[in-house]
Amino acid sequence: MLDTGENDQPLVSVRDLKMHFPIYAGLLRRRVGEVKAVDGVSFDVMEGETLGLVGESGCGKSTCGRAVLRLYDITSGSITIDSREIGETPQNQLREMRPTMQMVFQDPQASLNPRMTVEAIIKEPLDEHTSMSDAEKREKVGELMDAVGLNRKFAKRYPHAFSGGQRQRIGIARALALNPKFIVCDEPIAALDVSIQAQVVNLLEDLQEQFGLTYLFISHDLSMVRHIATRVAVMYLGKIVELAPREALYAEPLHPYTQALLSAVPEPDPSLEDKVERIILQGDVPSPSNPPQGCNFCTRCPAVMDICKTDEPVYREVRPGRYTACHLYNDNNDTAG
Amino acid sequence: MPDGALPVLDVRDLKTVFKTRAGEVHAVNDVSFALKPGELLGVVGESGSGKSVTMMSLLGLLPSPPADVRGGTVTFGGNDLLKVDAETLRAVRGGKIGFVFQDPMTSLNPVFNVGMQIMEPLRKHMGLNKRDAAKRAQELLELVGIPDAERRLTDYPHQFSGGMRQRVMIAIALACDPQVLIADEPTTALDVTIQAQILELMKELRSKLGMAVIWITHDLGVIAGIADRVMVMYGGQVVEHAPVKELFRNPQHPYTRALLKTIPTIHGERAARLTIIEGQPPIMMNAPSACPFRDRCDVAFDRCARENPPRYDLGDGHDAACFFDARTGGPRDA
Repeated sequence: MLDTGENDQPLVSVRDLKMHFPIYAGLLRRRVGEVKAVDGVSFDVMEGETLGLVGESGCGKSTCGRAVLRLYDITSGSITIDSREIGETPQNQLREMRPTMQMVFQDPQASLNPRMTVEAIIKEPLDEHTSMSDAEKREKVGELMDAVGLNRKFAKRYPHAFSGGQRQRIGIARALALNPKFIVCDEPIAALDVSIQAQVVNLLEDLQEQFGLTYLFISHDLSMVRHIATRVAVMYLGKIVELAPREALYAEPLHPYTQALLSAVPEPDPSLEDKVERIILQGDVPSPSNPPQGCNFCTRCPAVMDICKTDEPVYREVRPGRYTACHLYNDNNDTAG
Repeated sequence: MPDGALPVLDVRDLKTVFKTRAGEVHAVNDVSFALKPGELLGVVGESGSGKSVTMMSLLGLLPSPPADVRGGTVTFGGNDLLKVDAETLRAVRGGKIGFVFQDPMTSLNPVFNVGMQIMEPLRKHMGLNKRDAAKRAQELLELVGIPDAERRLTDYPHQFSGGMRQRVMIAIALACDPQVLIADEPTTALDVTIQAQILELMKELRSKLGMAVIWITHDLGVIAGIADRVMVMYGGQVVEHAPVKELFRNPQHPYTRALLKTIPTIHGERAARLTIIEGQPPIMMNAPSACPFRDRCDVAFDRCARENPPRYDLGDGHDAACFFDARTGGPRDA
């Protein structure tokens, strides 16, 4: 299954994924609406690549990552991981799939049990999914700790004795325990200091090379995603507005939202500051329980047209390898009808 | 940035210690800086570098115990803020010195509408009556760009979005025309597009109102775009201090240099691999007797373990606390 070099085979295929959360209100807790956290998202993650998923808080990127691993029962859509459709699979049957797909969480403080030692935390997936002997497990835990750069001597310590960056390493070791193929990294560096972020990102890159991993890297940090991702998907209000190879996206963003997002990133260079044309978006993101009619971005878009307020743009390939959902790129008005 | 002007705020050798069961944590060590009228001083550092504690100390905002502001002077308006009585200090806080905190949700009171919260300093410090205060509150909300200001005065914090809440916080801090505004990571909790809005607002307000600002952040990108001068903190000390362009063009302290190299950018060259700073930030359990950065430093030598480097003046308002002279590539003379 694992080919060497570049591979065009998608390991993960997501089609029209929807994750709607119901809103209950009133005395009888009637269902009065739904939060469309993820509303029709399609993408592929190629074997061995890192797909960056960026967007602002509330855009649905974390929900999307969790839904892809079926941590939720999704509303609709299809998810294929490693040639197996898991969109509809009941949770108890998903268990046997779990070793292939793992997750690294944002907050290493909250995602590690404070009452378990590091060894117990990393060993837990082995207890659940393998029939290794105790000695084998201990050896495996030691190997994993070496792989993520933790000193084996600290295996009997508890999470509180470690710094944020080290805790994130524990979380990564746990995710690696079952030799997964696909790891969803949900803002793995957001809670860390700048000088520690680079350490963890370099570690993730090393592990990817060493174990042939495929990442879905969720982040709001556009400069870090530029560093780590092969391709980048930009989400806004539950939808992917643009997906492109990294260099193309950063050099020439197509969607007006991507353009605004990239121009809003402050650059650590005061001489650039005078030159950069910032696009300051007006207003806030609309509520995902009541998205605007037409294009989701039409309320804030600097290039809004009449059609954007009535028709939802189709997400399609506008140039080879570049996907976007925007009426600006309607070549022959065929989406208008 | 008028060079000869007297500083509005002058901090000398500020020292703050936290008493814990495990011993004393030296959070702020001999921090000195001066803030000139109308300028924006950026304070950069990682968590635990002492940047927030410095600002809290000088306004007496730290609970004591465990905090103990052990030494130094803070000259503001002819007084030493560390020596004045509680009454005088209270008049300064929220009056002559405004404060904007990081998280706008926890720093606004959820049970009062925002009108009340903006009017509070106006009535306390400026002695305005209710009607005048309400009028001024509305003007302030308009000033910080909140649409439909009159109606929104009666709204509660939860009815505002994150960016709008931070605007309310800024309005409160600006209520009494402060000479100094201290903003502690005011955009860290916000999304980039909202952060861009707040940064734009801040630039506009500065040119309109002309107050001096201390802007605390860990984001060098934000600092590059907004500051006049920058102070880099590490391990409770100021390690480098320079005008903003000079700092980014010509960083002299190894920590600043490493920090600038470690952050990826969205323009410019994409590094194949990120440069990392090995190791962890220091735990400041003992009074510093050595350079706090020496364990992670690539140019450290034996003197760095024996003495704590003072801030060497490098000319043109640039100083760095390092025994290694990056310009000559060798140790500085003792």
